[in-house]
Amino acid sequence: MSEYTERLLTSPSRKNQSDRLRLVWLIIIPLIAILFQVYVPRFVSFLSYLELPLLITVHFALGRRGPIASVFYGMSIGLVQDSLSHQPIGMFGIVKTLVGYFAASVSQRFDVENPIVTFILSFFFYFFHQFFYWVLARALLGEAMIFDPQQTLLFGLLNAAVALPLFHILDKLKVAA
Amino acid sequence: MDFFLSRYRNLTVLLIVIVAQLLLIAYQVKSNKDVPLIRVWAVTAVTPVEQGLELVRRYTWGFVEDYFVLLGVRSQNEKLQHENGQLKIENHYLKSELSTADRAQALSVFQAHSPSKTVAARVIGNGTGANSKVVFVDRGSTSGIESGMAVVTPDGIVGKVVDAYPMASLVMLVTDPTFAAGVISQKNRVRGTLKGLGQTKCLVDYAQNEEKVDEGEWFYTSGDDRIFPRGFPVGQVTSVHNGKTFKEIYLIPSGMQGGVEEVLIMLQGEHLQIPDSESATPGYKILPAPTESAGQVPQPTGQPPSVLTTDADRLREQYKQSGETQHKAFGEGFVAPDFTKIQGIRASTPAATNPPPPSGTQPSRDRQEAQPKSGYTAPAAPGETPAKAAATPPKPKPRPTAPILVTDPTDADPDAAPPPAPKTEKPPKPPGSGVAPTRPPSGNQ
Repeated sequence: MSEYTERLLTSPSRKNQSDRLRLVWLIIIPLIAILFQVYVPRFVSFLSYLELPLLITVHFALGRRGPIASVFYGMSIGLVQDSLSHQPIGMFGIVKTLVGYFAASVSQRFDVENPIVTFILSFFFYFFHQFFYWVLARALLGEAMIFDPQQTLLFGLLNAAVALPLFHILDKLKVAA
Repeated sequence: MDFFLSRYRNLTVLLIVIVAQLLLIAYQVKSNKDVPLIRVWAVTAVTPVEQGLELVRRYTWGFVEDYFVLLGVRSQNEKLQHENGQLKIENHYLKSELSTADRAQALSVFQAHSPSKTVAARVIGNGTGANSKVVFVDRGSTSGIESGMAVVTPDGIVGKVVDAYPMASLVMLVTDPTFAAGVISQKNRVRGTLKGLGQTKCLVDYAQNEEKVDEGEWFYTSGDDRIFPRGFPVGQVTSVHNGKTFKEIYLIPSGMQGGVEEVLIMLQGEHLQIPDSESATPGYKILPAPTESAGQVPQPTGQPPSVLTTDADRLREQYKQSGETQHKAFGEGFVAPDFTKIQGIRASTPAATNPPPPSGTQPSRDRQEAQPKSGYTAPAAPGETPAKAAATPPKPKPRPTAPILVTDPTDADPDAAPPPAPKTEKPPKPPGSGVAPTRPPSGNQ
């Protein structure tokens, strides 16, 4: 790398522009995921089991490796999800906060670039997300929700399968940004 | 303390965030209040994009469909497959157009004839709850929508508005596990509470085991919940069996069959009559125009022959003529006709002005309903034709000086003449509209 290129890349204006781009992606991608969850299942009903906001949270936490940032990122996505549902605000927020924290903590100990590890983590966090939401709904709201472990495991596998190409695309976008 | 916070900074932040959200939930649950600011922001951010997506989808779907069809055609025999594809597209397009037109027509007919004040809305998105069944519609508080309003279709109830935002509203469907509404069965008048189950079926709870409910029986809204006006169809019972304390009655909500696309939000509900007859099933159907041969029925004496053919048309003609004499236009606005001055439907009117219907002609439901609702026709004895009853002089009966409020027709004094229809009840349909509740609701409407 020439001295000119190095100076250009590390110049403050370019760095600021890159930061802004990343910030825009950080806001737009979860919004797209939430829009997908709200809009697409109207036409393809089985896609309602795809938890894209969760996968985005996991991807951010695994890539960022900072528990505090991941906590706030997961909380924000969860609160927006709560806002679009008819339930007290904070249910998805708490669950996704925990997912963000644990995913960021795990990423400091494992090689999360490995696709197998990514698959397992996505599967695990989906199951954790559904189970913990069920526990919160029963404990805090007293709702008689049904938790079907077999179905949750199956959808966990589906979400993990979707997570692999999704994370790859998001990584490319991050590099482009 | 500083050492602790710096060493366990991540955990501390996590705990603070979790506790803050727990407190937020506790506040909402305890005070039964919402945090409208966050919701309004989120909904305002998401729903315009949804509306845009829906608009784009509606206008580009045909092009996309064409594109995919043409891709398939190109790989096969071009000419034949192209023709086949075009025909399929045309067929599909016409079917969908027909279906949309039917649905829209049924909705507008229902809206026009319903005494309730309603606003039409379109479903634009689903809610995000894990087990909840809520949808967003494209009408909000700027259209007068408020939380707690009933959402219906001509086929039955759909749900209720739980949150109204400026440009959109959140509607909880009847299948939501937290949904509840007061219902009453058509035949045996068994009251219960409709509850959603998160599935296609709903449960009618709190009906005693001793009460009788049949499979296939219709349930209607009872009006007890002060959300849904009385008399709206809810659904047909699919299975009934006794439970520990209450019956377990399952029904399929009739308003949601075939999906929910267009709905009516009830700004001001009016109670309706629950049909007594078993054969009287809810639903609206556009009847075909009467044929020429059907018009060869004798007209009432002294009236010129008319091209109008149905009983309802003749009744309307009578109303119109009487309206001209009274200088009022019946059926338009809220001016109620003075039934005592309408010839032909008052029992005390000489038989010459109200000739008996021709033999072989079945009296229509409109006529059967219109006569008792007028409140002045003497009830015919069993086996006596309405014309004979009209010719018989009515027995003098003391008329009450004060209006009698009758909430249920079965509670009324059987000896007394039928009371006039209350203002809140569904008025008799303007005859000749070609709309009659003649068939059970279907998802195609």
